[in-house]
Amino acid sequence: MENTKDSQGLVWEVFVQKKPGQPYVHCGNVHAHDAEMALQNARDVYTRRNEGNALWVLPSSEIVASSPEDLGSFFEPANDKIYRHPTFYQLPESISHM
Amino acid sequence: MDATALAANFENKLAKNENIEPKDWMPDNYRKHLIRQISQHAHSEVVGMLPEGNWITRAPSLRRKMVLLAKVQDEGGHGLYLYSAAETLGISREELLHQLLSGKAKYSSIFNYPTLSWADMGAIGWLVDGAAIMNQVMLQRTSYGPYARAMVRICKEESFHQRQGYEIMSVLAAGSPEQKAMAQDALNRFWWPTLMMFGPSDANSANSENAIKWKIKRESNDQLRQRFVNQTIPQAELIGLTIPDAQLKWNEAKQGYDFGEPDWEEFNQVIHGNGPCNKERLGARLKAHDDGKWVREAAAAYASKRKLVAA
Repeated sequence: MENTKDSQGLVWEVFVQKKPGQPYVHCGNVHAHDAEMALQNARDVYTRRNEGNALWVLPSSEIVASSPEDLGSFFEPANDKIYRHPTFYQLPESISHM
Repeated sequence: MDATALAANFENKLAKNENIEPKDWMPDNYRKHLIRQISQHAHSEVVGMLPEGNWITRAPSLRRKMVLLAKVQDEGGHGLYLYSAAETLGISREELLHQLLSGKAKYSSIFNYPTLSWADMGAIGWLVDGAAIMNQVMLQRTSYGPYARAMVRICKEESFHQRQGYEIMSVLAAGSPEQKAMAQDALNRFWWPTLMMFGPSDANSANSENAIKWKIKRESNDQLRQRFVNQTIPQAELIGLTIPDAQLKWNEAKQGYDFGEPDWEEFNQVIHGNGPCNKERLGARLKAHDDGKWVREAAAAYASKRKLVAA
């Protein structure tokens, strides 16, 4: 059996924008040897049905992610500041929209 | 966290129906099970392009040809989504492909049957994709996040696959006597292999127990098979085709059909390499891989040359 393990290229993460003005959303990844090929592959794999008209691709190795173990402490500052939410404040009843 | 706490955390997530994500701790056997299942699924999509690709140049009209091309392209895309999901478990695309090409990995036994007539395109879309969808709808709720998300995409795209197949069958069934016979023949040949796609009966399925325990699968092989039969019989009746099963009978008590047992000896033979087309399918994949070698080499060379120029 010959070795079939030749290079499949780098992994690139793909983000697609559905409509102008909307955020780019991660949709998956592709293999490619360079950025141009990554864009073309992303178009073929992730936008066959008008899923979007704009794409970002970047090498997966460039993504920095938080770890699941950090879940508690890393995001903890968001938990105890309920005054950041509008529902924290009491308004006179006569004011219905603010 | 120590090992016991990690394991408890994993079990806790499963109990709450939370997804397991790539960076989460998971038992080795869960990881292994997923790599095997997801890569088999990916290989099935890729090898599944071959029986249908066989008919692209001979599709009976431009419409049918465009549809078949789009469908086969989708199957390739589905293979890629699934390889991506498998890669998040720490195995490379190179290794996954090597397992397929060296004959080490399995793929769905259905693709080792030949596609002898145009009606087989109808039977595959209607029955084979129909059975696959039954399984994949369930897998949208599988416990491993990347696999579940790939399934959501795939299910959305598959819905036209089954419809186009059923359309082919219904047009043939309403055509000349020869065309109707062609459709019936395709149904006769693909019915039993399609029922085998759900895997062995629960009692004899080696991998089912863990898959259910880990919520990789949410329903058993037999449950899915029964649902597929219940759904398909009225569709066959509607277009005047006959399911090739003498034991088929409506069972009022269970509100479902009783049906015959597939030939599991045949299933085992096909799984173990002795189906009608096993060698041909693998041969075609190997040839495609070899023929594409220079493209991969050229792309890699071009990328590194441009990097040098940029530096």
